[in-house]
Order: sequence, then structure tokens, then C-alpha cells
Amino acid sequence: MNRIVEKIDLSENVVEMVIEAAAIAKKRRAGQFIVLRIDEKGERIPLTIVDSDTERGTITIIFQVVGKTTAALAALKAGNFVTDVQGPLGNPTEIENFGHVVCVGGGVGVGVIYPLAVALKKAGNKVTSIIGARTKDLLILEEEMKNASDKLLVATDDGSYGFHGFVSAVLQNLIDAKEKIDRVFAIGPVPMMRVICNVTRPYGIKTIVSLNPIMVDATGMCGACRVSVGGQTRFTCVDGPEFDGHDVDFDLLTSRLRMYLSQEKEAMERYRCAHGG
Amino acid sequence: MEAEEKKAKEKRVKVPRQKMPEQDPKVRIHNFDEVPFGYTEEIAITEAKRCIQCKEPGCIEGCPVEVNIPAFVRLITEGNFIEAGRTIKETNSLPAVCGRVCPQEDQCEKVCVLGKKWEPVAIGRLERFAADYEREKGQVSIPEWATPIGKKVAVVGAGPSGLTIAGDLVKLGYEVTIFEALHKAGGVLVYGIPEFRLPKRIVEAEVDYVRKMGVKIETNAVIGRVKTVDELFAEGFAAVYLGVGAGAPVFMNIQGENLSGIYSANEYLTRSNLMKAYLFPEYDTPIVRGKNCAVIGGGNVAMDSVRTALRLGAENAYIIYRRTEVEMPARIEEVHHAKEEGVQFKLLTNPVEYLGDENGWVRGMRCQRMELGEPDESGRRRPVPIEGSEYVVDVDTVVVAVGTMANPIVPATTPGLETNRRGYIITKDETGKTSREGIYAGGDIVTGSATVILAMGAGKKAARAIHEYLSSG
Repeated sequence: MNRIVEKIDLSENVVEMVIEAAAIAKKRRAGQFIVLRIDEKGERIPLTIVDSDTERGTITIIFQVVGKTTAALAALKAGNFVTDVQGPLGNPTEIENFGHVVCVGGGVGVGVIYPLAVALKKAGNKVTSIIGARTKDLLILEEEMKNASDKLLVATDDGSYGFHGFVSAVLQNLIDAKEKIDRVFAIGPVPMMRVICNVTRPYGIKTIVSLNPIMVDATGMCGACRVSVGGQTRFTCVDGPEFDGHDVDFDLLTSRLRMYLSQEKEAMERYRCAHGG
Repeated sequence: MEAEEKKAKEKRVKVPRQKMPEQDPKVRIHNFDEVPFGYTEEIAITEAKRCIQCKEPGCIEGCPVEVNIPAFVRLITEGNFIEAGRTIKETNSLPAVCGRVCPQEDQCEKVCVLGKKWEPVAIGRLERFAADYEREKGQVSIPEWATPIGKKVAVVGAGPSGLTIAGDLVKLGYEVTIFEALHKAGGVLVYGIPEFRLPKRIVEAEVDYVRKMGVKIETNAVIGRVKTVDELFAEGFAAVYLGVGAGAPVFMNIQGENLSGIYSANEYLTRSNLMKAYLFPEYDTPIVRGKNCAVIGGGNVAMDSVRTALRLGAENAYIIYRRTEVEMPARIEEVHHAKEEGVQFKLLTNPVEYLGDENGWVRGMRCQRMELGEPDESGRRRPVPIEGSEYVVDVDTVVVAVGTMANPIVPATTPGLETNRRGYIITKDETGKTSREGIYAGGDIVTGSATVILAMGAGKKAARAIHEYLSSG
């Protein structure tokens, strides 16, 4: 059992939670994730660790409400417990002084890229960050990302704040302005990561993406999270979650993410009915 | 007098081996309840009386955990069922599990002298009976163990091997902590073997017994990630046993294998068993309930998967196996159960490609017919593809059950721990001693996927070796 210490609503559908998990807090590195189960009947869902506090023995997660489990998690309050937190899982991000790195985060992916930006900055990189959301109200961690980066650029799809358009266009502008970029880290919805990879590919800028396939055990046992990278089947939980985006088969990732669409819908409808939503 | 006794014995052994009553196949394919009901007291006594109580019993040697079989069988003939259960537990902490899933036909029962002329004593069924009786009567007693000797041992993995070594070491006075990666202890017993073959409440009761003996079990603890083996030593553990299993699924690397609807057996069974997906939406984890489900492979895991598919509502559930039934590694009993339930066996058949629909979902598999050629290194006749024999089977779900590989997490994070080219941990001898002092390993991570009882046997031997190691110096 792990206690929820804090819960903050970052936007309409995005929640930040601080959870007690001392051993994980002590060990976790940027890029790693946890698997969480709310209760006995719950699913095991992977969530990236955004931050940790070794003194308090806590980890921070940020998640978007997309289905029953995340809705039920969002309904919990500080002081409540979740049944299981397993982690840290996956390989930490390869952090080095690459020179100039661009961190691109979209939607809730900003929460995932934030610890990378912090670690990359600490390693001596010049960090330019591009964060985006559909609209201004959905933008998260702007202040934190500003502090973690040398330069922060913001984009909204509807133009309600910052650049009017996608984060990929902002990155294209940087490239067009002849900025020397040594590495790009892109984390967000699959279509966004795919577009970012398409932008950087012609210039040969190595682009790391963090993948979010469906997982069950997350320790290399079940193979649910298999993705195709460079034509090879890889398990995201033990081989990833980060891969060279230019080699990732995004079509396969997209179709496998849809595998349980009808069940997810059914579960969500039942949950809404039961909770008067 | 002697002649009379001999006559009585003759008469006894001629009693046929007692069948175990079980659920009607037509009924059981619609539920996940256990298939065999177990012996009644009367049947158990009749079966136990068939045992001729050999003076030099081969059955004990045939048992990897050395259960005193003649003793517990005799106690059953006397109606002393509780004592029978306790006798088994002197050497086996998981008798209700073993009585259900051990391949007795290849172990204790194989060497039973009755088997030479008639049928062997149904040792497994009697073991199950005795263990169930003790548990159901609420008479499980915790054995006395040695005084604590103030030394700590860490066990990585709460599967059959880890639970066995933990139980044995705690009896010797060690302080034992098991670190389990998943949220529930039991390993393959909880994630792999279905409810209809091994009810989870029985596993829970036996895990609980190990806990009550004093073993600490930490779940959600992925050793290699949250703590390395070296960090365990730094925390004061004097020895570490690695019983992490051979968890990584093997795929065949054929075209289309990552299409939606294609599972590894590990995933399919984990969703269904550990996560109770067959109870979705009461439980949150979903599973695909395919109409036409093919399971690739011929082992017990394949039989478990195909029978699960039937219970999830498959109209056609196929076993696709590249050799013939003779070479199938699955237990005869499991193959028999699968057939009774309507599983269709497509033998001498191998998939060569999966076909997908416009949504990336599997809709068919191209299969090739095989014939048997010369024997290979395993001594089994090698399957050889027949040219031009390809045909398509319509499927909407596939479960790949062709084996497992070593999980890389612990070896990758334990410097100096030698593994072979397939990633399995190398042990010096059967005590499980590895290349690193104080680190022992056993079960599937050493042998590759094998049986519950062999993993338990490895745990037992390693317990003795660790005790010896920690007692000397």
C-alpha cells in the first residue's frame, strides 16, 4: 500500500500526484517509470516518474484521464492509498553532454520530458525546450520547464498561447534558423512523436522518443509491450522505454495501442454510470 | 500365515487405480472451476491400500523433493489424513500444488513397482487429497523450527523454487526475505497455471503457510531495478538465491507476429490468471475473447492457453504443433482434457506468416504442413516442411506458446555472474552455486523452462548448500 501525499489538478484532465514510495524515490533516474495498481481488481498501468524526493521518500507522477483506471486514480485524494507501486522500471535515459539538446513535450508528455530536461541541463547541455498543448488551459509545467531549460518555446494548437501551431513547426523553425542541434528528445502523443521524427530525419539529428505501449508485468515477462525498432521486435519495458525514433514503427505502435478500445470504452461507461459522471 | 498375507497383497494390488471424479467437459468449458474434484475419503483409502509398502521404495528417490511417500500413503490407509498431510510437509511446503501440477507419471509414479505389472499407485492424487484434507479441515500446523541463528538470506522470486528454499532455510533458523517482482507471490503458480488446473486460493493458502513459517515476502520488488543483488549483500544478507524463472517469451520471428490479437502465452495467461481478465469488466484487465483462436506449441503452457481460449468463448480453439502427438511435451492428462473439451489438434503444422486486416488485427495465419525426418539432437524426429503444402487458417486470436528465454534484468545488473549464451545462469553443480560467492541459483533461470517440482528440487538442494556455506566459517 502506498499513500498519496499530494494531489494537484494541473488542468481539466491532467493530474499530478505525489506518492510515498521511498525505495523507488531513492533509486529512480530520469526516463524510468512505475507500474501502479489502484486496488485488488485494478489493472497494472505504467506511468512515468516525473520527480522524486528522497527525503520525503516520495515520487511524483503526472497522468491524463483517458480511461477507467486513470479516472479512478484521479478520483483519489491526498491521504488515500493505492494498492501497489512497482518500480523503478525501464532503462534510465542516456544522459551525457551532447551539446545542444532540444526537448520536445506534448500534452501530458511534458511531465515525462521534464526530468530529462533537468538531467540533461545538469549534465552540461544547452537545453532548448518546446512544449505544447491543444489549448492554453491544458499546458502543464511551464514554469518548471522554463527553469530546467536555457530557452523555452511554447506552442498551442489553437493559438490561445505562444506559437499558433504544433511543436513540430517550432522545431522546424529552429532547424531552418540554422540552430545547431545535437540531439532531440521527443515525448508526447504518438502522432506528435512521429511528426517530430519526420522533421529531424532529413537532417540526421538523432531523436529519442519514449514509447507508451500497453504493458502488463513490465519486467520483460509478457511481451505485451512489443514494438518494432529497426525491424527488430523489442520489449519496451526492458529494452526501452526510449528508442531511436527514426527506427520506430509508429504504425504498429498505434495499432497495438488500439487493441482494447472496445473494452476500454465499456469499462469507462460502466465507471461513469457507477459514479454519476 | 505368510502365504495368506501374500494372497491379500496380491488381491490388493489388483484393485484398479482409482479414477478421480471430474467436471463434465460440456459444463466445464463454460467455467474456470477446477476440473478434477479430488478423491473422497473412501476412494483415497481404496487407492492408498494398493500401495505394497516396498522396503526399498523407489518412489522417494523419484521425487525431487524426497517426500516420504510410503509413510504418508500408509497414514491414508489408516484414515489418519491429517498426519498424512503433515508427513508430506516435512519435505514439501507446497503439497496441494504438487498434487495437482507435478508430472507424477515421470517421477514417483514412474518407478512405482506396481506400474511394472499393473498401474502405479496414484501418488499425486493421494498427495492432493492429504493436503486438501488438512487445509479444508483448518488443521494446518506450523512446524517447529530451529532457534534463529541471526543470519539473513535473500531469495529473489516467489515462485516454486524460491518458496521452497525459503521454507527450508527458515526451518533451519535463518531469517529469510523473498523479493517478488509482481504484486502477488507464487510466480508461475499465480500468473501461469489457470484456475481450472490450480485454483488460486490453494496457492494463496500454501504461500500463506510459508509466510506463517516466518518467511518475509516483499512484493513489487524488482531486484536489479529497485535494488541490485550487491545492494542486498550490503544490506546484510549473507547469501542470495536467484529463482527468477525463465520469464521472457519467445516469438518465432515470422511476418506479422506483432499484429493485434497475437499474444505470448505469458501475456495471455497472466491477463487471465493473475489479473483475472476472464472476469472483466468486474476486474479491470481486459483480454480478447476470440472466436477462432490458435495456440502455437505442444507443451503444458499451450494446453493451458487453448483451454483458456475455450472458456473465454472460442468457437474454434486449435493447437498448432509442428510434430505429432507422440512428441508433444504436454502431460498426457492435459492433452486428454483438452481433447475432451473440444480442442482441435492441427499436428505436423507450422505457422509461417500471420495475415492482418486493415486495422492491424490478425485475421489469418498461413501454415505449412510438416513431415517427420531424421531424429535431431533432442532424439526426437525433426519436423521437415513439405513444399507447396501451405494453406490459410482463419483466426482472430493467436497465442504463441513455443517456450521462454532467460529474463535479463538480474544477470545484467550483477557483475561477475556468469551466464551462458542463452542468458541462463551457470551453476557449478546441482547445489546451485554460481560464479559469485554467496550467490546461488535454481529453477528455470538455470535449466530453462521445466516443471514446478524440478524448480522445487533445485530450491531444496540450494537450501542445503547455503546452510553448509553459512555454517562453515
